[in-house]
Amino acid sequence: MSGVKQVTGQAFALPLEDVDTDVIYPALFLLHTEKRGLGRFAFHDRPAIREAYAAAGSPPILVAGANFGCGSSREHAVWALADFGLRAIVAPSFGEIFRSNCANNGLIAAQVDEAALAPLLCAAEAHAAFTVDLRSTEVIVGDTRTPFAVPEADRELVLEGWNTTTRMLALHGAQIAQFEDRQRAREPWLWTEE
Amino acid sequence: MSRSTTLYDRIWDEHVVVPASEPGAPDLLYIDRHLLHEVSTPQSFELLRENGLAVRRPATQLAVPDHAVPTRTRDGTIREEMARKQVALLERNCAEFGIELLPLTDARQGIVHVMSPEQGFTLPGLTFVCGDSHTATHGAFGALAFGIGASECGTVMATQCLWQTRARNLRVTYRGQLSPHVTTKDMILALIAKIGASGGVGHAIEFAGEAVRSASMEARMTLCNMAIEAGSRVGMVAPDDTTFAYLADRPRAPKGAMWDAALAHWRTLNSGDAVFEREVTIDAAALAPQVSFGTSPDQTVGIDAVVPEVPARALEYMGLSTGQPLAGLPIDYAFIGSCTNSRIEDLRAAAGVIRGRHVAPGVTAMVVPGSTQVKKQAEAEGLDRLFLAAGFEWHNAGCSLCVAMNGDRVPEGKRSVSTSNRNFEGRQGAGARTHLASPAMVAAAALNGKLVDVREDQAAKELVG
Repeated sequence: MSGVKQVTGQAFALPLEDVDTDVIYPALFLLHTEKRGLGRFAFHDRPAIREAYAAAGSPPILVAGANFGCGSSREHAVWALADFGLRAIVAPSFGEIFRSNCANNGLIAAQVDEAALAPLLCAAEAHAAFTVDLRSTEVIVGDTRTPFAVPEADRELVLEGWNTTTRMLALHGAQIAQFEDRQRAREPWLWTEE
Repeated sequence: MSRSTTLYDRIWDEHVVVPASEPGAPDLLYIDRHLLHEVSTPQSFELLRENGLAVRRPATQLAVPDHAVPTRTRDGTIREEMARKQVALLERNCAEFGIELLPLTDARQGIVHVMSPEQGFTLPGLTFVCGDSHTATHGAFGALAFGIGASECGTVMATQCLWQTRARNLRVTYRGQLSPHVTTKDMILALIAKIGASGGVGHAIEFAGEAVRSASMEARMTLCNMAIEAGSRVGMVAPDDTTFAYLADRPRAPKGAMWDAALAHWRTLNSGDAVFEREVTIDAAALAPQVSFGTSPDQTVGIDAVVPEVPARALEYMGLSTGQPLAGLPIDYAFIGSCTNSRIEDLRAAAGVIRGRHVAPGVTAMVVPGSTQVKKQAEAEGLDRLFLAAGFEWHNAGCSLCVAMNGDRVPEGKRSVSTSNRNFEGRQGAGARTHLASPAMVAAAALNGKLVDVREDQAAKELVG
């Protein structure tokens, strides 16, 4: 995956709290075993959201209320939003598994202060030009710079576009093996099947 | 003497492979066990293939189909094509990568979070993951268990590790003992209502107090299961004699000298006099049976309360108005099942409410055991005949109406009372309206055709005889 330094464009306002992953990606479509092309199921049972997003020109940034992506761990929610056209989501808080899933797919989940939400929603509704800058961790709208929080590890991962799995094995393979040797000696009941 | 570390921090510390480079940065955490199901892993196996990776320790992984499987019939085939292909793909993937799979027809099949404890795959002190947000269920055993995404499932299979940032410690203490017909389901719903659906974000919860200590393992699993509904990925109970008695002689639990060694270690797993960053206390003795009224699990009150003021959209979706009493609300569907409440004690509690009565006209009531083993046990006790005689449907094991992607679905606009964990819009089917409650409350609602206070329902039955 290539790295993402910033996302620029208009933003779509979704002024709802607790938008859960069942709303983002209804369970019925979890029968799909691929991860590409799932945008057609994003907000499937909330056609008003789909239509408004399309009418807004499918912008790359979403501004939403608190606890966005709460609920199920389904990564399909992130794959669907990415395929829908989103590259960054700005909200006062996120479901934790959803936030990790975003980082693993190169999406920026930018956590802003609750107080910053209303002006950002207004700016989105006024079709202002947004930049979500992952280097400075700011949402920039005109002259206004709103800082956002993102776990440092997620920030690095998205900026660099690393492959978490192969990188982990390459950098820490020896440490993992050493840990396993220690655990096997200390807690042998965890190793009886091997 | 320095103070103890919390149970969560203790297990965390024991699993750090590479410590954080600075405070607040993630540790590389070793993962002892991984449960797989058909929905969250197709793309995880793709990740392995794309990178030419093998599964590092197949013996630490265990797979079972549960989410997509039909529960009405269990005759060896799945008629719905996409579900059949999805389950077949899990079977092929597990065979290719050397992971043990319990097939749909296996006597041990069941919902991941019901099957794994039954088999003794869940143990105290483990780090434990699954591509399912209700993985905190296993925290009931004093394991550090949390739900992850499909990419992370792939990473765990290849490396046995995840980069994770330590959460803050939140202790929830339940004072006193529950009244009759009030359960750990009511305890967790009351907590979610109190701290909110994001109240536990960034925290690992440890449940403590008299009402937790006296709870059975099954009741503790219900409690930990819904930690995620308060925003917390982790919910735990320190292991004790109740835990060890449950685990002894389970098929995959350690045996002989290994058991003795494990037990000695497990007995040290508790928070001692550790300081928690945050504490919440709930008076368990004062709790009424809880019922959700909205579209988020924190929109929950006691059955004796009225619908409070909440955002209009939730009430509009639920067809309710502020000030309306919940007791007396007519229902169309009643569901007893899910990883929250589908174990044998849940089924016994629901069956115990029936007392010779029949499901109300117009109500579809279903009992879906959490595992084939639970189903067999219930049948041995005659619970299936009690349910069937009362007009409940008796199904095979699976996630069923908790996730409504397997043929079981509540129609649009219909009102369901459910022992599951989520009342989100569309969770039980597009346009379906869900009220969360305990098994006894759901059974009582099914019999009365409306939401009732199970305490009053049972008191009335006793008077009549």
